[in-house]
Amino acid sequence: VTVAYNKDTSPNKLNLGVGAYRTEVKWDFIFRGLESCVDSFRFVSRVKEYLGITGLADFNKLSAKLILGADSPAIQDNRVTTVQCLSGTGSLRVGAEFLARHYHEQKTIYIPNPTWGNHPKIFNLAGLSVKTYRYYDPATKGLDFQGLLEDLGAAPSGAIVLLHACAHNPTGVDPTLEQWEQIRQLIRSKQLLPFFDSAYQGFASGSLDADAESVRMFVADGGECLAAQSYAKNMGLYGERVGALSIVCKAADVASRVESQLKLVIRPMYSNPPIHGASIVAAILKDSEMYQEWTVELKAMADRILSMRQQLFEALSARGTPGDWSHIIKQIGMFTFTGLNSEQVAFMTKEYHIYMTSDGRISMAGLSSRTVPHLADAIHAAVTRST
Amino acid sequence: MASDSVFAAVVRAPEDPILGVTVAYNKDTSPNKLNLGVGAYRTEEGKPLVLNVVRRAEQILVNDESRVKEYLGITGLADFNKLSAKLILGADSPAIQDNRVTTVQCLSGTGSLRVGAEFLARHYHEKTIYIPNPTWGNHPKIFNLAGLSVKTYRYYDPATKGLDFQGLLEDLGAAPSGAIVLLHACAHNPTGVDPTLEQWEQIRQLIRSKQLLPFFDSAYQGFASGSLDADAESVRMFVADGGECLAAQSYAKNMGLYGERVGALSIVCKAADVASRVESQLKLVIRPMYSNPPIHGASIVAAILKDSEMYQEWTVELKAMADRILSMRQQLFEALSARGTPGDWSHIIKQIGMFTFTGLNSEQVAFMTKEYHIYMTSDGRISMAGLSSRTVPHLADAIHAAVTRST
Repeated sequence: VTVAYNKDTSPNKLNLGVGAYRTEVKWDFIFRGLESCVDSFRFVSRVKEYLGITGLADFNKLSAKLILGADSPAIQDNRVTTVQCLSGTGSLRVGAEFLARHYHEQKTIYIPNPTWGNHPKIFNLAGLSVKTYRYYDPATKGLDFQGLLEDLGAAPSGAIVLLHACAHNPTGVDPTLEQWEQIRQLIRSKQLLPFFDSAYQGFASGSLDADAESVRMFVADGGECLAAQSYAKNMGLYGERVGALSIVCKAADVASRVESQLKLVIRPMYSNPPIHGASIVAAILKDSEMYQEWTVELKAMADRILSMRQQLFEALSARGTPGDWSHIIKQIGMFTFTGLNSEQVAFMTKEYHIYMTSDGRISMAGLSSRTVPHLADAIHAAVTRST
Repeated sequence: MASDSVFAAVVRAPEDPILGVTVAYNKDTSPNKLNLGVGAYRTEEGKPLVLNVVRRAEQILVNDESRVKEYLGITGLADFNKLSAKLILGADSPAIQDNRVTTVQCLSGTGSLRVGAEFLARHYHEKTIYIPNPTWGNHPKIFNLAGLSVKTYRYYDPATKGLDFQGLLEDLGAAPSGAIVLLHACAHNPTGVDPTLEQWEQIRQLIRSKQLLPFFDSAYQGFASGSLDADAESVRMFVADGGECLAAQSYAKNMGLYGERVGALSIVCKAADVASRVESQLKLVIRPMYSNPPIHGASIVAAILKDSEMYQEWTVELKAMADRILSMRQQLFEALSARGTPGDWSHIIKQIGMFTFTGLNSEQVAFMTKEYHIYMTSDGRISMAGLSSRTVPHLADAIHAAVTRST
């Protein structure tokens, strides 16, 4: 989508494709906390030695605390192994390759329908078979909860289940906490293995803790799970490829053995992870003042996105665009699943120079107060034109 | 309880033999300990080195407020890719001018090898790769996990501590047509034994006559001889004949960028259209692995390669590193000669690059670790980069003791 956008010469073009945050004035958001960190001379003169295979130790500990909670009993019991990986993708791939090699229950992973386009490819190449469970209900533009429970209920015991921790991509539709609790009970009763993809912690609601609630709920019951964390969005570190894979095990000895096997997955893939981005994250997470500053900047980003949702909804209401557009303000996170079909999407690209993925997903982060009217016009035209 | 764990049956994996040396070294409390394991450059003072030109480039990047941390494309930083291809193939390479080369940024040498191997496992008709015996310990693992079968060809002759050229020609001559062949571009790891240019020419002719597919691992360009061009001669020889090949480049050692994981995979094809289609398939290998490569290290490399003054400064610092290693070789050889240590130690000054294949056996290595706190891989490989004038005597004493002790 970005490739096509870059070729378009229209002054009105709008890229709502890839999920990267944009400020109101359309240059990319660089955290002040990050700047002061990177600017500091001590960073530039750091040595560039190889990290160990599992990456920067501080970064790993701090990442586990971030997702699981600083007081997590699993961490205190040393039952968690955390390895630095290349953002969310790398964490998912390493975790999946480990499971394909060492998880003998079931080498099948159930992914929600729909999900991020790269998910099935990652898992296939890692050596897992991929099945789907019902997730999105186009009729309500919300969660197909019954379908989800039925499909996970019918999965073979021990199957792996991919869960979006928050801000489901591409739909923005998340279970409520009550629904999460039911999902948890079902998963534990069938001994399914949860694998969380956490790419938007803090970005979805503005609260780091709230956005980790689903994961923590599963860890609190003492069971096992995997969690892939990305710092691409919530720290704006996209191109630095910073992420972590945590595997929560029943016992410390198991976690230690699991870690030794994770190394055998990583070493023949890229030997050890890149130092720069992880050093930035560790510096911010371990310094209480910078951590605070980060939470403030994170909330500002989350709030701007919420504001875009509100503005787009109001603009469509003002135009009397046919249909119920309340899902725009109900859905959570960076993306909105508009409900537009691929034909309408193609029309909007051609006539209004608006770029989005053909499933109708738009990145709210790519909008600004200035461009909302243009998008609303385009949606209105797409929906009202006679085909 | 551990037995309830779905991972209860997971077996503890052994420590990586190369990286595990550093783990053991770090635990040792002796003031005389010496880490000659992993191939990371050290100064005379025994400290890791960040090149001045790298600091400069990094400072420029950090001070540039317009820089952002956006995702790179799947194939990485375009400038970096173009400049990397020129570096290995030569700025005037006809293959580059003909647009027959696709270059993708990868995670150092390991990542470049893995991506190239996965591509071959998926799209190339012969799924066997021949690797030299011995080779870097991680090579067979990379290729196996990528989906290739691994066979070996004779390379090192323990009797001469040099190249088993006859054995190499025989084994490659017996390989099935089309098989992939891994070649160390220079400074063979772990032996330091390289073919001469004349031998390279014979190897090239054999490989082309049997339509074997060369896959170069170039981790030491400029580091081995001090000359970037000389260290790329083997690769350029193969490209000059118009044939196809793959080349994995690492900037870990020659730019001292180890932990930044900077590298590139180039695939030289017969035609521009082929290269373009190959690139599109490389993206399908990379995307489900880590989506796109890290920006920081590649930006540093690109800044240096594209600025003629910084490039010059780099070549000077590179030569200084290579020269220090040559000096360590000379000093160690002289120290063993002075001690009258039994055996022919001339291979220390004949071998090329960061490593010396001492010829010590694993028992002697274990002795040296236990009694002299010297850490190296059990195959007897030592990293010359880990030595200094101050520590050469200690190492020479240890080798002498290991070789002369009654077993």
